[in-house]
Amino acid sequence: MAAIYSLFIINKSGGLIFYKDYGSAGRMDTNDSLRLASLWHSMHAISQQLSPTTGCSGIELLQADTFDLHCFQSLTGTKIFVVCEPSTLHMEGLLKVIYELYTDYVLKNPFYEMEMPIRCELFDVNLSQAIQKDRVPLLGR
Amino acid sequence: MAPLAPKTGDPLFANVERVNAELFTLTYGAIVRQLLADLEEVEEVNKQLDLMGYNIGVRLIDEFLAKSNVSRCVDFKETADIIAKVGFKMFLGVTATVTNWNAEGTTCSLVLEDNPLVDFVELPDTCQGLHYCNILSGVLRGALEMVSMKTEITWVRDMLHGDDAYELQAKLVKQVPEEYPYKDDD
Repeated sequence: MAAIYSLFIINKSGGLIFYKDYGSAGRMDTNDSLRLASLWHSMHAISQQLSPTTGCSGIELLQADTFDLHCFQSLTGTKIFVVCEPSTLHMEGLLKVIYELYTDYVLKNPFYEMEMPIRCELFDVNLSQAIQKDRVPLLGR
Repeated sequence: MAPLAPKTGDPLFANVERVNAELFTLTYGAIVRQLLADLEEVEEVNKQLDLMGYNIGVRLIDEFLAKSNVSRCVDFKETADIIAKVGFKMFLGVTATVTNWNAEGTTCSLVLEDNPLVDFVELPDTCQGLHYCNILSGVLRGALEMVSMKTEITWVRDMLHGDDAYELQAKLVKQVPEEYPYKDDD
């Protein structure tokens, strides 16, 4: 039922720092998620080189038959991407909201080490609230 | 739905969470005081403040980018303007002015008339070499490094030393864009 299958956050070197799946469609084990994250990091980088236009900042949307992948890269190199059902709306807005939650609850946590996996309870709590808020209008359809 | 990037920080300043200015000033003063007691040497305190500022800056930049919605700056001039008008306003509630550009556009001065960190502060004779607000230079350096700019930030004028304003000199040493290692040595 969930429109979102999974959420990934990768640091500027391509390492996975946060992974959450919503529902069985997005589930994968730790090794696979790590592998996927580095794969995506490399593809994102290569796409910037491949682009025929200058100033390309990498893949923002990948559309496939059974899923869409929306990616947001901050100017500091952190990438947040979400795998969702095809044609799910408002994902860019959601990614920006998640970025703000990251800055408020992860970066401001003094016990969080930069570039390391995220283990911040407040972030998890607020993230679930943000995703829930998004789900309600979608479930109503 | 995303708001346009503001050219001034006022709407942002109104929207972020704020804390009592005196609490902020006094807390900072307590930190500097404690550092002086622990490290005793003024140069060491300067270095430590810069390091603390650096650690703050590397995290602050993401918050700034997330909340202010600014897009990539075209050149260092734009960067300096955004820092002075939007950045300082958002975090300190004051704006700075940008002056003294050199010919290549790599060095400028950020002038602060008003500085919330130094309210109620007087430097005693034993600490005349102290850059009381050195945390600010660290913050700028750390923040800019995370967006691929290596800079050197130094204090030119300091009201606590008798000058008429606070002036920071920001020098862009080099741009270090993220390079992906395609030519790996196997």
